[in-house]
Formats: sequence, C-alpha cells, structure tokens
Amino acid sequence: MTTSHRRVGDQPWVRRSLIGIAVLLAMVMLVIPVVVIFAQALSAGWSTFAGNVTDQYTLHAIGLTLFVAALTVPLNLVFGTALAWSVTRFRFPGRKLLITLIDIPFAVSPVIAGLLYLLLYGRNGWLGSWLATHDMQLMFAWPGIVLVTVFVTCPFVARELIPLMQQQGSEEEEAGVVLGASGWRIFRKITLPNIKWALIYGVVLTNARAVGEFGAVSVVSGNVRGQTNTLPLHVELLYQDYNVVGAFASASLLAAIAMLTLVVKAFVEWRQSRPIVSTPEKEVS
Amino acid sequence: MKQLLKGFVLGTALLSAQPALAADRELLNTSYDIARELFAAYNEEFKAHWHEKTGETLEVRQSHAGSSRQAQAIIQGLRADVATFNQVTDIDILHARGGLIPEDWADRLPNNSSPYYSTMAFLVRKDNPKNIQNWDDLVREDVTLVMPNPKTSGNGRYTYLAALGYAQEEFGDDQAKIDQFLADLLSRVRVFDSGGRGATTTFIERGIGDALLTFESEVLNIADRYDDGEYLVITPEVSFLAEFPVTWIDDYIKQNNTEALAKEYLTHLYAEESQRLLAGFNYRVHNETVQQETRDRFQDLKLKSIDEIAGGWEKAMAEHFASGGKLDQLQRRR
Repeated sequence: MTTSHRRVGDQPWVRRSLIGIAVLLAMVMLVIPVVVIFAQALSAGWSTFAGNVTDQYTLHAIGLTLFVAALTVPLNLVFGTALAWSVTRFRFPGRKLLITLIDIPFAVSPVIAGLLYLLLYGRNGWLGSWLATHDMQLMFAWPGIVLVTVFVTCPFVARELIPLMQQQGSEEEEAGVVLGASGWRIFRKITLPNIKWALIYGVVLTNARAVGEFGAVSVVSGNVRGQTNTLPLHVELLYQDYNVVGAFASASLLAAIAMLTLVVKAFVEWRQSRPIVSTPEKEVS
Repeated sequence: MKQLLKGFVLGTALLSAQPALAADRELLNTSYDIARELFAAYNEEFKAHWHEKTGETLEVRQSHAGSSRQAQAIIQGLRADVATFNQVTDIDILHARGGLIPEDWADRLPNNSSPYYSTMAFLVRKDNPKNIQNWDDLVREDVTLVMPNPKTSGNGRYTYLAALGYAQEEFGDDQAKIDQFLADLLSRVRVFDSGGRGATTTFIERGIGDALLTFESEVLNIADRYDDGEYLVITPEVSFLAEFPVTWIDDYIKQNNTEALAKEYLTHLYAEESQRLLAGFNYRVHNETVQQETRDRFQDLKLKSIDEIAGGWEKAMAEHFASGGKLDQLQRRR
C-alpha cells in the first residue's frame, strides 16, 4: 500500500488528536456548562435551592410549562402523523409544496414566529380586533403561548416520520387493503407498529422543544408573573433581578428535563437500531 | 394505554383549571425591567391599604420587561390596568399609537404623573483615583467611561441629556463649545452597553472604565451592596430630571372593571408611607417630610427638565437621537 492511498485517520497521531479535539470541545462547550448550571444552582446550599424551586412563581412557571407541553405534544402528534401519512401514501397536486411548507417553522426565527402571531391575533391585528370585540384573549394569555409553541414544534413528528414511511413504502398497507381491512385497522395494525419508534422519537423532540422554547413565547407572553411566565422566561426574569442562584435553580430544572429527554431519546435510538423482528406480524410477513 | 390516556386527559384538565382566585380583586401592573423589588414591596403596602379601605383582599400581578416593549405589548392587547414606566415617551405611545389613554394623561396625577424621580450620577472606584467630581472631569484625556448606549436605552439618553444640560449651563449660548464638550465626552466612553444593567455589569464585573454613568438610584444601590468605600457615588451639581411616569389605562380598566382600584393604586404612590418606601429604593420623592428625612442621602441639585434642555421629548428625539441627528454627528467627529 502506498502512502497516497492511506486515509488521514490511519495515522495514529492524527486519529488521537482529532479525538482529543472532539473531546475537548465537548467538554468546554457542553459538559462544563451543564456542570456549572447545577453547581451554581446549589452554590447557596440545598435549602436555598429547595426554596427557589418551591417559590410560588417558580412552581407556577413549572406548571404552565408542563401544561403547554401537554397540549402541544398530542396536537402535533396527530398533526404530524396525519401529514406524514398523507404525503407518503398519496399522490396529489401540491404534495411537494406541502413537504416544503412543513419546514417553515425550522427556517424562520422563533421571534419572528411570535411577532407574526402577535400581528395577526394582537389587538391591532387582522383577527385581533374581531377577537377583542368577542372578548377573547389569545395573546398575552396561555392560548397564545400554546399557539406559538405548536407552530415552532410542528415539524418534528412529521420530519421523523416522512423519510421512514417513504423508505418503508406502502406494500404492506396495500396488502391490507387487498385483504379487506378497514382504513383504521390498517393504520393500527400495520402503519403504527412500523413507525412506532420514530413516532416516539418525534414526540421526545417535540416535548424538549416545547418545554424549552423561549423566543416565540417571550413575544406573546406578556411576562406576567404567576400567570403567563413559562420556565425559560422565568430564568431570564430572575437573572435580570440579580437573583443568579434562583435563575440557575430554574435553569437546572430545565436542564434536568433536557437530560431526561436525552435518556429517552438514547433508549429510543437503541430500540430503533435493533433489527425489526420485534412484532409478531412482521415475522409472519 | 387507555389508562394512560385517561390519566393524561385528567392531568391536563387539572392543570388548565385556573387556580382558584384567592383574592377578591386582581390588578395587573406592567412595569420596567428593574422595578420588581420596588413593586413587590409597594404591592404589600397597597394590599394592606386597600383592605383597610374597602375590606377586599387583592392580588397584584406584575409584568416586567423593557418599558418600550411593555408599551408595545399593551398596545397589542396585554390588558394591564396600570403602567409604571421609566420613560415618558413610552406612555405617550399608548396614546399616540394605541389610543388607549387620553393625550393629557400626565396632568391626571401630581408632578406630571411621576410619583418619584431620579437623576444621573457617576459611580467611581475606591478612593476616586482620577478625582472625578463633576461633568468637566469626565472629558479629561486620562479618564475612560462606561455608559448605556443613548441609541438603544432611555438610560443612555438621559445621561446624554444630563451632559447637555450641564454644557448649556457652563457655556451658555456658545453652541460650538457645547458640541465640543459632548463630542469629547462621547469619545471618552470605552463601552456603550445596550442597557443600564449591562453597563453596570461592564463596570463592576469586567472592571472597565473609571466612571459609570447611569441613574442615581442604580449607583446608590450598587454602592450600598458593596463594602464601605469600594465604590463611591458622585452626584454632579447640574443634572437631568428623570421622571418615572405612571398611568392607568382607561380602555382596559373599563373592560376589567378596575377603575377605582387602578386609580387608587397610583394615587397611593404619593402617600407619605409609600414615598418613604420609594426613597428606600433610592428614588427621589416629592413628599416634603420624606425629603427632610433623606436629606443626607439626596443632595440638593439643580435638576433640569427635558423642556428646559431640549424643548420636550418629541424635539429631543428628532433633533438628537434620530438617525443622522446630533448624537450621530458628534460621534462621527471623533
């Protein structure tokens, strides 16, 4: 073998230094900040930490954040599945356009998303004046927060499902149709088991983003403590108050949720990577 | 799976149920970002006052963010009962763009509807090594400054106007000298932070600059927080009258049915015990008894209003702070 054929990775020192750089970067950019969050949160002792976490406004922020996620996730689960199903199982004009449109929330900055909703549903907005005359408050109340969170997180489930469903093709479902199964039965017995893990993965990502969303929520929230303040907003508020320990205590809650998400995600990925022989239906086919 | 679904639906329903209202009445105060502690204290005081007066219990909700952003939110439908801001222009906008309050809002409460006020002051390091005593010391070549950016923050604009007020006093009608003084001052600034809190961090945490130029209330707070003599507060004899305007929002208090409550919330800011509380947060107040009590903290100064210095806010914004205005010209000169 001549040297010109050797790949860079073959030289041990290249490999070692590349790995070294990667580990170093991961430490500096990821691990140390996470450690700092918890160290700062606990810097004034456990009792202060507990006091910060059980503060009336922090508790409300936690409740609101989970509530928003609890509404957002099922909505986007249904929406994402329906969308992925329709664009991968049917051909219709505008199908490509729909697949592109679904990426809009990824492409635009969340702050802009928040502003769009504000300009649409705010008091001076197109729909806002109608809402105001009927005494309905969307913006600066929890419905507005849910609305923008749904917008920001809507691609996650669909984006996970579309490539998988495209790759799997529709032969199994077609077989179901030929054998006379109803649409619902096909979905439940064939499609759902096939996409199960990708679906869960999408849900995990949706949940992570819904809990952590700051930009869009910040625009439509109104920052009312104990009413429309989500956990990420609460962190900023505490920080601006010079209550650094309190801010980090709330941030550590968010970090904990994120890490839980990572664990679930890792588990799902591990399940996904195993050969697909888990369901009895598969073995028959 | 069914169980799980049931539990989920139940949980969601429970969470979405608004917490049972513990108080008889509710009030929403939108305020600027660094006023949380101030209003947390005042709200307790006011709740007791309202209870004594009417027998009703009260919950005061607070919203804090930059006051321009708050004004925007109110215009877009944040149904706040009262606004307590740190910039007159931000309340004017509620009338001009929102049509939510009448044009003469400032005349509805005493002192231009500004129950407390502050001015601009300097914070210098231990023992004042550069011997900074007044505005003219700031333009010396060996001095570096930190101040919020007049382009992006009200705080910075106030500092600029305070310097202008001093220069007018010092140089009279000599416009060339006034401009030179302002240009020199701006050229001594090492860091223009985007907001007041950022400037404080630059000066304290990063240790940049010989003097920090910001609100007197802010520099007094900092000096209080550190050990004796770590930082010194220098109050120049001529400075700017920075008003902290308040208003109830007519359209919303009608909808929220909080008219009497909102008006009393703001009127009570002028009561002696409230003024004492405000002075405790290092703001200057109008009540004479409290003024007497806090005399050694707040020296007598010549405070010039925006009308005296620049002929009102509208003119000041157009002439000095708009793109291509005086500020831009002066900064280009260095």
